[in-house]
Amino acid sequence: MKALINQPDQVVTEALQGMAMAYPNLIRLHENPQYVLRADAPKTGKVALVSGGGSGHEPMHAGFVGRGMLDAACPGAIFTSPTPDQIQEASTAVHGGQGILHIVKNYTGDVLNFQMAAELLQNDGIEVHSVVIDDDVAVKDSLYTAGRRGVGATVLAEKICGAAAEAGANLNAITALCTSINDSARSMGLALSPCTNPETGQASFTLGENEIEYGIGIHGEPGRQRIPWQPADTLTEKLMLPIIEDLPFKKGDEVLLFVNGLGATPLLELNIVYRAAARLASQHGLKVSRRLVGAYMTSLDMAGVSITLLRLDESMRSYWDAPVCTPALRWGC
Amino acid sequence: MGYAVVTLMQWITCAEEQFQSHLAELNALDAAIGDGDHGSNLARGFAKIREKLQANPPETPASLFKLVGMTLISTVGGASGPLYGSFFLEAGKIAGEQRELDDATLARCLQAGLTGIQRLGKAEAGDKTMIDALEPAIHALTNKAEMGVAAQKAREGRDATIPLIARKGRASYLGERAIGHADPGATSASLLLDCLASACLA
Repeated sequence: MKALINQPDQVVTEALQGMAMAYPNLIRLHENPQYVLRADAPKTGKVALVSGGGSGHEPMHAGFVGRGMLDAACPGAIFTSPTPDQIQEASTAVHGGQGILHIVKNYTGDVLNFQMAAELLQNDGIEVHSVVIDDDVAVKDSLYTAGRRGVGATVLAEKICGAAAEAGANLNAITALCTSINDSARSMGLALSPCTNPETGQASFTLGENEIEYGIGIHGEPGRQRIPWQPADTLTEKLMLPIIEDLPFKKGDEVLLFVNGLGATPLLELNIVYRAAARLASQHGLKVSRRLVGAYMTSLDMAGVSITLLRLDESMRSYWDAPVCTPALRWGC
Repeated sequence: MGYAVVTLMQWITCAEEQFQSHLAELNALDAAIGDGDHGSNLARGFAKIREKLQANPPETPASLFKLVGMTLISTVGGASGPLYGSFFLEAGKIAGEQRELDDATLARCLQAGLTGIQRLGKAEAGDKTMIDALEPAIHALTNKAEMGVAAQKAREGRDATIPLIARKGRASYLGERAIGHADPGATSASLLLDCLASACLA
């Protein structure tokens, strides 16, 4: 494969070093173990928010470290969760004496490693709460699966809870807010192409010229079904309807509409999808009051899109509007 | 027979060689129903173990198991890091201070390891996971079977995952599309049992 890399096993480290060099005012990189923390960490008297997961989803999570969002992010190897000692050290480094919230995407590896880290931190006398995000309607939530995957709602939860922590909310309140965001958000995605892991050089799957993987995960795991290509408006509808029906979102609901690129899809196309999604939302009587369009939770070089709807209440809306100063999400600073 | 730390280190060395030589195969199995890095992750973990063993050779089976478990947890990541890590950590707790394990104690160590994996991962036989290879093998050892027989049970358990739908981990998202592929975790577990057998027979 052709890629802008040096050594395959140094991809994650070199990318993190580059990001730290590009945003010295916002973040710092700690190596061995690897984590990114906000430049002014630890913030005494504030609940610390820590997230993490496999790399390959940039800018998530390290790009969301900074004032008004995460205190630390723990990047694992490509598509591989971080390790308990790494999460423990990152959490300890940013602990401001008011406890820690771990925001964890629902993948078996992430859940297990964060669980072990939380046990280690609790042994050290640090209070840790965890919220597992599972908003992907493409997966059936049953006893017979690992449950729904955590996708786009993670970005929204990190932003909104980060603002609440900055405003001085306590750990219980932020945990409740995070749970409520997860309960009020639904997502679904599709891929036009597989992704290629730069550590192995292997494509995650093969797709025909005219095929689309519908209900895609963010690790290049195959989706729910393969369907032929259709115009953007039709594909958008195929994502929006299961999302709306699942919560269900009801007429009159105020929502945040998040159209997320999976890595290789240009903003040009994301805007076409946003146009269709916003029209559909309004046809269903939803009031879109906040929006986000761009590549925030990617799957390496995968072409495709995911859509997330979050039903907003007043506190979520005001925390969404609050200042955020991170490499990837910035307003009001 | 007795299992001194030298024998058990041969087990771990063999595992490193096997995971390295089956790296592409394990990645390919994982790519079919997961994300394609199971071989790379295990190879990374066991390479680190080799470094640590060379720097500080452990004196007892318990300290060997602890070193292996801690290293897997801190270097492998994913689900397999904590799961295999717990396997060795729990096995180490049973080994105590003994310098040599007898058959029955080794079987109890492995059984404790299996219980540790199940406590963490909550998988049962038939979920298409490493349990499908480990459980029949360790069950056989508990019933005083020979190592070669246990390794054979693990291989059969691995093969028996081929027609299954996965109910744990990333493969569970696939539903019926997981049918027809051996589980990568059951495959690595089977390699681990093969190595235990070859170390003990050596």
